[in-house]
Amino acid sequence: MLKYVAKRILLAIVTIWAVATLTFFLMNMVPGGPFLSEKAISPQATAALEAKYGLDKPLMQRYVTYMTDALHGDFGDSLKQRGRTVMSIIKMKFPVSARVGGISVLVSLCLGVPLGCLAALKRGKFLDSLISVVSTCGIAVPSFVVCTLLLYTLGVNLRLLPTMGLNGWKNYIMPVIALSFYPTAYIMRLMRSSMLDVLGQDYMRTAKAKGVAGFWIMFKHALRNAILPVVTYVGPMLAYTVTGSFVVEKIFVIPGLGGEFIGAIGGRDYTLIMGTTIFLATLIVIMNVIVDIVYKIVDPRIKLK
Amino acid sequence: MKQNPMSFQLKLSPEDFLPATEEEKQSQIVMRESVSFWKDGMRRFVKNKVAMVSLIVIILVMFFSFIVPMFYPYTYKEQFKGSNHLAPMEYSEAELERIAAGEKVFPHIFGTDKMGRDYAIRVMIGSRISLVVGLIATAIILVIGSLYGSIAAFFGGRVDLVMMRIVDIIYTIPDILLIVLLSFALQAPLDTLKGVPGFSWVGIVGENLISIFIVFALLYWVGMSRMVRSQILTLKESEFVTAARAMGVSNGKIIRRHLLTNCIGILIVTTTLQIPSSIFTESFLSFLGMGVAVPLPSLGSLASDALNGFNTYPYLLFIPAGLISLIILSFNLLGDGLRDAFDPKLKH
Repeated sequence: MLKYVAKRILLAIVTIWAVATLTFFLMNMVPGGPFLSEKAISPQATAALEAKYGLDKPLMQRYVTYMTDALHGDFGDSLKQRGRTVMSIIKMKFPVSARVGGISVLVSLCLGVPLGCLAALKRGKFLDSLISVVSTCGIAVPSFVVCTLLLYTLGVNLRLLPTMGLNGWKNYIMPVIALSFYPTAYIMRLMRSSMLDVLGQDYMRTAKAKGVAGFWIMFKHALRNAILPVVTYVGPMLAYTVTGSFVVEKIFVIPGLGGEFIGAIGGRDYTLIMGTTIFLATLIVIMNVIVDIVYKIVDPRIKLK
Repeated sequence: MKQNPMSFQLKLSPEDFLPATEEEKQSQIVMRESVSFWKDGMRRFVKNKVAMVSLIVIILVMFFSFIVPMFYPYTYKEQFKGSNHLAPMEYSEAELERIAAGEKVFPHIFGTDKMGRDYAIRVMIGSRISLVVGLIATAIILVIGSLYGSIAAFFGGRVDLVMMRIVDIIYTIPDILLIVLLSFALQAPLDTLKGVPGFSWVGIVGENLISIFIVFALLYWVGMSRMVRSQILTLKESEFVTAARAMGVSNGKIIRRHLLTNCIGILIVTTTLQIPSSIFTESFLSFLGMGVAVPLPSLGSLASDALNGFNTYPYLLFIPAGLISLIILSFNLLGDGLRDAFDPKLKH
């Protein structure tokens, strides 16, 4: 187990390094630069700025400098937001996105798993058809459609909920619904199909024959086996969701990491792009390792190699 | 020959080797044609009402987006003066005068947008763009993903490890970053390509749209390749592959003839389910303003444009948004139907 984890972490580091390298060179291949959009600046001032941030040096040298700094935990200053380090921006924006995203993931798990199980148990009945219709429609509606519909009905027409910012608990409702819409529907489908698979297994009949009580059959025998696909899905999904969805953040005017990231790409804020990409890649890789370990805990038959 | 009554030896007599009579031959004739994989699947598919309905919806949408615009009296970039923001079925003053003069004027079924363009035709062209993106992108994904996955699985070992690690890396890079960076990076080369004779279509289609295709080709085959790989891994242990190899069939031919043809069911299903997700991504990109070039509309960019005035003109948003959802829903249901029909093992 320990050896496995060590191996995975080593591979994870290689992956993060590869992602960082790829992003670095791709980003610099793109025409334009961080200081081009500021029209009032004279060529001398641009040159001075580039010299200050080391952008005038050859690409390889910048790469080596960046990587050495990053290894020492220094991700540099933002090129566009003067006087702020990349770390401080991530530290400020990430909790905002993480709170909205985390709640959404929780909501989609709490709704998706039980409803999916219910649909599988009532297979062919009305409830099953209802849940299937809802989940099929749920994965067909793009998030910006959900966002605008919510905004239109609850925010503008009925004036029930505030439409922008994150000042009180009411502000969370619409972004959370919008973010958890697709995952909930997807988890319901996953859960239903894997539950149906498990319900047909021999050990379920054995458990029933032994007289295990209904709830325990469901919980210990069925759910434990059926939840594995959901675990695989939720791991990377959690990483993506807590780092912020650009669309949802744009429409509900949430100052999160997703908007920051898109802004950085548009403005060629090289250090901020690198910082957020490495941050996201690290989160995803960590989530994947955790998923594998959770797998092992949930299903001890799985061999980690 | 004396036989041991306990022996398991066959008790044959010379009569057993006589030619069969006509009657006996009759019993050997197969009365019913054998049901092939395709026929069996199609029979199940046609019985599936939900899948048939969604197939009809898709055909209808295709009819409206590819054929109807040819006969439609308006075009997607034609602007009418004084007819900005007409409500559905409303006529502008100039048109009312023409009607009063006895002329027949085709109604604006969905009204017009803020530039005075007929909205119905824009929606039709928009869904055409979305469908084309979905289909072409999926074709690219299908080719790259299935080849990559089957090569990795077939050769196994170190090749597999390296190839799958590359997949993991592509999977880990935030796709929005790659899309934006690539579309910026591809702008300049595509611009020059536009000037090359024979490539003028690049300008009409729009550099953004082409870079979307390239990005899809570079990014989204990952899921497909994983799927194919896992399928091939089990298939390559089967006897017919061993037999083919014993007969000296080349690796490429084994992959094409034996392995890929045996995953055709799963390939069809994954492809059909990939189309809606491509449309999904395209609409999302257009919504961010990184999709098709103006004045060409796509459903995503129509929805995005409508967002600004949507308190006053909500239908401008609801029509494209509803249509995207309908298209994606139909393709999803069609994919589910195909899976039930062609891959009964996966059915639930």
